[in-house]
Amino acid sequence: MLDFPRWKVIAISLAILVGILFSIPSFFPKDQVAHWSGGLPHSRINLGLDLAGGSHLLLEADTADAAKQRVQAMEDNVSSELRRGDAPIDIGDISTADGVLSFMVRNPAQVDAAVEKLRQLTKPVGLSGARDWDVTVRDQSRVVLTPTADGQVRALKDAMTVARDVVRRRIDPQGTKEITVVTQGNNRILVQVPGVENPEALKALIGQTARLEFKLVDLTANPAEVAQGRAPAGSQVLPNADGRGGMAVNRRVMVSGDQLTSAKQSFDQDGRPEIVITFNSTGARRFGRVTQENVGKPFAIILDNKVLSAPTIQGAILGGTASITGSYTVESANQLAVSLASGKLPVKLNVMEERTISADLGKDSIHKGALAAGAAVIAVIFFMFITYGRFGVYANIALIVNAFLVLGIMALFNATLTLPGIAGFVLTIGAAVDANVLINERIREELRRGRKVLDAVETGYHEAFRAIFDANITHAISAALMFYFGSGPIRGFAVVLGIGIITSVFTAVYFTRMLVVLWLRRTRPRTLHL
Amino acid sequence: MKLLKLVPDHTNVDFMRWRTLALVLSTFATIAALTFTAYRGLNLGVDFAGGQMVRVSFPQPIDIEGLRTKMDSLQVGEATIQEFGNNRTYQIRLPRPPGPDSMSNAVVTKVQAFLPKAYPGAVVGAGESVSGKVSQELAADGAKAILFAMIGIAIYIWFRFEWQFGVGALVTLAHDFAMTLGFFAFTRLQVDLNVVAAFLTIIGYSLNDTVVIYDRIRENLRKYRKMAILPLLNLSLNETLARTVVTSLTVLIALALLMAIGPEVIFGLSIAIFLGVLIGTYSSIYISAPILVWLGVKPDSFLRTTDEGAVGAGTV
Repeated sequence: MLDFPRWKVIAISLAILVGILFSIPSFFPKDQVAHWSGGLPHSRINLGLDLAGGSHLLLEADTADAAKQRVQAMEDNVSSELRRGDAPIDIGDISTADGVLSFMVRNPAQVDAAVEKLRQLTKPVGLSGARDWDVTVRDQSRVVLTPTADGQVRALKDAMTVARDVVRRRIDPQGTKEITVVTQGNNRILVQVPGVENPEALKALIGQTARLEFKLVDLTANPAEVAQGRAPAGSQVLPNADGRGGMAVNRRVMVSGDQLTSAKQSFDQDGRPEIVITFNSTGARRFGRVTQENVGKPFAIILDNKVLSAPTIQGAILGGTASITGSYTVESANQLAVSLASGKLPVKLNVMEERTISADLGKDSIHKGALAAGAAVIAVIFFMFITYGRFGVYANIALIVNAFLVLGIMALFNATLTLPGIAGFVLTIGAAVDANVLINERIREELRRGRKVLDAVETGYHEAFRAIFDANITHAISAALMFYFGSGPIRGFAVVLGIGIITSVFTAVYFTRMLVVLWLRRTRPRTLHL
Repeated sequence: MKLLKLVPDHTNVDFMRWRTLALVLSTFATIAALTFTAYRGLNLGVDFAGGQMVRVSFPQPIDIEGLRTKMDSLQVGEATIQEFGNNRTYQIRLPRPPGPDSMSNAVVTKVQAFLPKAYPGAVVGAGESVSGKVSQELAADGAKAILFAMIGIAIYIWFRFEWQFGVGALVTLAHDFAMTLGFFAFTRLQVDLNVVAAFLTIIGYSLNDTVVIYDRIRENLRKYRKMAILPLLNLSLNETLARTVVTSLTVLIALALLMAIGPEVIFGLSIAIFLGVLIGTYSSIYISAPILVWLGVKPDSFLRTTDEGAVGAGTV
């Protein structure tokens, strides 16, 4: 029993010291820790939103909208591809109904050429040889493009990755905030922004697809037909952003928001907020050419399929900049500028879950939680002391060490402490001494059976370990399942519980055993007061 | 100093004498709890029912009827208003608005803007809105976690002990879970994500006690081959009684403090675990142990395992 090699003493003490060292930064304010010298650990425990305050949003992609947008994008692609080259192919009667793109080839002799060109537009998906669109011919002259299931899955995945990056850029244009933006499942994005208590601005930023397009206004359209929503071939009727009526615009896009390099909020001559956009070189060239060819005609500035304004082209705009005016406030102009600069969302996102916690409530929770945890430690320490005397003191030292170890390990892994996590911490305090209770009760029992001091202690530790091990495994199973199935706060609880299980076995079994052995070796008591 | 001994040395309670009575009572209580839960339903929070919740603190106590009238004037559906922790903090629940899921958070925004205007000084501490789809998923995930935890733990016990012990563990868990569920149905305490975490903890904890007792029963089965099963169970329970009492007490003390002075938001979680510990302590004595008798565990059940069991029982 007294055999406890020196290296073990050193190893255990070292592990504990390192653990305690890592717990230190979490007790100090963050900006203070940042100034510490390099030798000290800097990683701290993260506070969950329920303690730090902030907004939590779960966004879900509108997959139907994504599919629709994909067909539309394909339509643009198809018309520009077929018009290109030495032998342009004239097409008409384009339909995007039911998520399937189809059109007539006016010259039946060109059908095969059209199909050949379109096949080259499709891309392979994965390794199976499948492609993202099926190209078929119906009634000899109608070409039909059907999106394949594999292609849809792939497109959604790509769209979600882009959407995630766009959302991040919109919320945090400078990339300096500690925000969480992650994709979840195949069509969701989780956004967590500490410190933001009113998520309205956040939602306004995320809620906008921000698809910006410049299109020429179709002046040949009959106003009566436009009012009924009908436009000549090659044009479409889009509603005005103010909700009053609509106008016919060419389907063909002059320049789109993809060709922007920047968008900034500014003020026009009259001091009204506006958004100044700058095109990249291709965009600037196209914008310059189209404006040059269409002086005197109006063009429409379209955002998310709504016409913002339709100014008349006064002269060729060659500088590659344009300004968008309208009834904007500084704030809304700024928002639009950020949305435009961060790129368009490839898919519409809906808010499925929203939680906001004020920083004050969070602070109050931390305060009350710390108070309860402190009181629990004191009460348990007192109870253990009056029950087991010296052996209770050892258990208590282990308990305190355990508390620091849990914090230290959490800090080391940058784990997140949530409100239920605090409850997990308090529970760990209560349960951590269980191992010592098992051991001490077993030693008492063995003493009653007439064993000598050393023998009783040895048997106590040995016999109690089996039960301690099995009991903690059952805890670990529930903690693991909690982590696997749980969301945010529950995971925080599971993390604390899980770490507490491991550290408490270490402190309650190995560490106290070391303390007991060192004491026994020094004093060699003939009787135990237990 | 004289040390505290809550359970005197050589305590010998004949626990098994009341095992039939305990069984009848437990069965009755379990059925009652389940029937009551099914009949009355649980007070599901927005996490599981969907809808919206706003938690608001006022500078001074307010007239709850006045608040209700004002909420009605907003026309956002029927508001359920509950006191939360103290008489100045209220939780306002609103049903999910009709229309697509994407609309569900519009109402919270409206209420959050309205309250500080209607009651100067009012502070909205938290706002939540969960769509029907997400709430269903959260509920399904919670149910799955609870179910898998029970089965997983039972399987582990079966591997470490014998199948009878695994069955005993599963029945004990089902009993503890049913009783806690019944408690929540009876008190109308809100069941949210935190409470599910509590249920899972109870499942882990309740088994903690059972495992310790099972471990002693196994040890004694190997040690006293000639002893009849009932006295053997009594002996094992008495030998572990002091530990059961002390551990339960430390955990209950810690949880009681958490309930009394801890954050209000996790009161449901704390009280669920507190209750679970009480029930778990009872059931580890009166359900997990006697069930071994009914499943036919006898002193010779472990004979064939003597060799492999020698590691565990080596020093005895």
